[in-house]
Amino acid sequence: MSQIPSILNYFFAFLSVYIQVFFLISFFERRKDIVIRKDTDLIKLKRYPSVSVVVPCYNESKTIYGTVRSLLALDYPKSKLRIILVDDGSKDNTWELIQKFTKYPQVEAYHKENGGKHTAVNFALERITSEFIGGLDADSFVHPQALVRIMKTFEDDAEVMAVAPSIIVHQPKNILQKAQKAEYDMAVYTKRMLAFLGAIHVTPGPFSIFRKKVFDDLGPYRKAHNTEDQEIALRMQEARYKIDHCPDAYVFTMSPNTVGKLYRQRLRWIYGFIKNAFDYRRLIFRKKYGLIGIFTIPSGFVSVFSVIFICGLLVYNFGAYIAAKIEEIKTIGFHFNSGLPHFDWFFINTKAIMFVSLLLYAMVITALLLGRRMAEGRYRISVDVFYFVIVYSLIAPFWLLRAVWNALWSKESSWTAERRVTIN
Amino acid sequence: MFTWKRYLLAFVITLGIFASAFWISNYFSNKKLADVKAIQDKISVDILSSETEYALLSELSCKDVSNTVLSKEIGSLAEKITYSEENIGNTEQVQQLKKFYSLLQIKDYLLMQKIADRCGVKTVSILYFYTTKDNCSECTKQGYVLTSLRETYPDLRVYSFDYNIDVSAVRALITLYKIDDTKLPAIVLNDKLITGFQSVEEIEKLVPELVKEKAKQEAAAKAVIPAVAK
Repeated sequence: MSQIPSILNYFFAFLSVYIQVFFLISFFERRKDIVIRKDTDLIKLKRYPSVSVVVPCYNESKTIYGTVRSLLALDYPKSKLRIILVDDGSKDNTWELIQKFTKYPQVEAYHKENGGKHTAVNFALERITSEFIGGLDADSFVHPQALVRIMKTFEDDAEVMAVAPSIIVHQPKNILQKAQKAEYDMAVYTKRMLAFLGAIHVTPGPFSIFRKKVFDDLGPYRKAHNTEDQEIALRMQEARYKIDHCPDAYVFTMSPNTVGKLYRQRLRWIYGFIKNAFDYRRLIFRKKYGLIGIFTIPSGFVSVFSVIFICGLLVYNFGAYIAAKIEEIKTIGFHFNSGLPHFDWFFINTKAIMFVSLLLYAMVITALLLGRRMAEGRYRISVDVFYFVIVYSLIAPFWLLRAVWNALWSKESSWTAERRVTIN
Repeated sequence: MFTWKRYLLAFVITLGIFASAFWISNYFSNKKLADVKAIQDKISVDILSSETEYALLSELSCKDVSNTVLSKEIGSLAEKITYSEENIGNTEQVQQLKKFYSLLQIKDYLLMQKIADRCGVKTVSILYFYTTKDNCSECTKQGYVLTSLRETYPDLRVYSFDYNIDVSAVRALITLYKIDDTKLPAIVLNDKLITGFQSVEEIEKLVPELVKEKAKQEAAAKAVIPAVAK
């Protein structure tokens, strides 16, 4: 019995290493296909199809201006780009702000009763006739070349039905945001690898672009446990619609700046992942749906459960240590050893799991650097990496545990609640 | 997109990584055990050489002998063996080292008795019997007490024995002092068997000479300090 935690520890470590190795193999196989263009490399498309970008807004007065400005600055013919701003019953002055943008001929603004993000996007979808449809969360800003780069991906491969961008944290200020910056950079790498494997499970709210056919064939967005961007990707995977990723289509997003906000955001994401994976459980381990069900969804569960397990193990061991210390103090009273403890290599942990864990950390940091190479064009080690490891080790187990708990009892976490926090 | 080859390759690489990790870990474990063995060999030579000195010289310079004997290293050796049992596993190699350690302790104990007799050196020795078999929480507590006492009184010699160890000399001690495995932890102090948990104060009461000696040493140290200050 006492061996069980140890065996489970090795089991989760094995799966985690396996996932990283799997990605690295894909990377080495396809690294030549990863194109990162310079800002000066301007792209000319053979044809500029019509695109509509929907910006659902709920209490976004602080960031909406920058968001729309970045859309207006996109390097794309004005006549081919329509920007649709939908105020989802904001309680602040978002509606007044977005109305001001209607002086631009390509901008339309709508106001509707509050109904959640998916209702705001669907409201716009009903009014769209363009060939391509995209969204942009109102806390994000696009790189001027982002759209044309994405449209180039569509032009190069007629089978691609949706393209996800690379999301980068906008001007990280505090430790929490810097930690997220490192995480998002790593996600650029992960997304690129998943795209190679045809196994992307999220088309993120910030600036994923779809062919209109996707919505015509598969229907509009669904509430999907407040993670509609995960659900639409799974729906597309089920229909075997190809989702690609354009690594140099950059979108800059505001990241939560407090632990509470980050916790609520991640709780929603993980909860959504678990519930959507359950809703689409028919994809899991079914060869005909490709790697989404064989790799992506199981890997997600491995991540959730291994973090929870390792955290549990650490808490248990720490508890046992404290209990032993208390027992010792009760038995012999406070006891101070004179002098500093001397170092002896003998007492360094040299169990196999230790070496595996070190290697796993090295692999995660490698993934992060490869992602950063795609996000910034160069390898760069910074203190963010350290923040990432520390911050996520400390707080991720809490939102993961809570998300699993909530998923078991079907307690939803709300998008608008997150937004309420944002405006304070 | 879907190929078994990729899965297999990733699996083989992961397996290779794990095999390497186990190999490295095993390498370090062997190094550690070799380290323990080296300390034991050294202690063994020390004891043997002291015994030989006894055999050679009828009249012995007590001062010299007491300095050569035992080695403070036996304390750190105990720590390392416990650590190995917990972290490297209860392998045959670890068990072998533990058996040898028990023997070394008995030899050291006997040698100290001889020195005490011949040179009139007063030493206080405690034989401590514990068990690792039946989750003996009292044994853990007794361990804390004895470690703490050893730190307070460097002259105190504590010899600890696992009740269940398969060493005939230890079995002989157990028979000699009529130690019952249902009454563990047990300590033998001045040839008297005391069973059950004993607190620091209880043991201190049993060995007043140790406390007195310590007080004397402290008083002497205090007397020196003002003299130096002047």
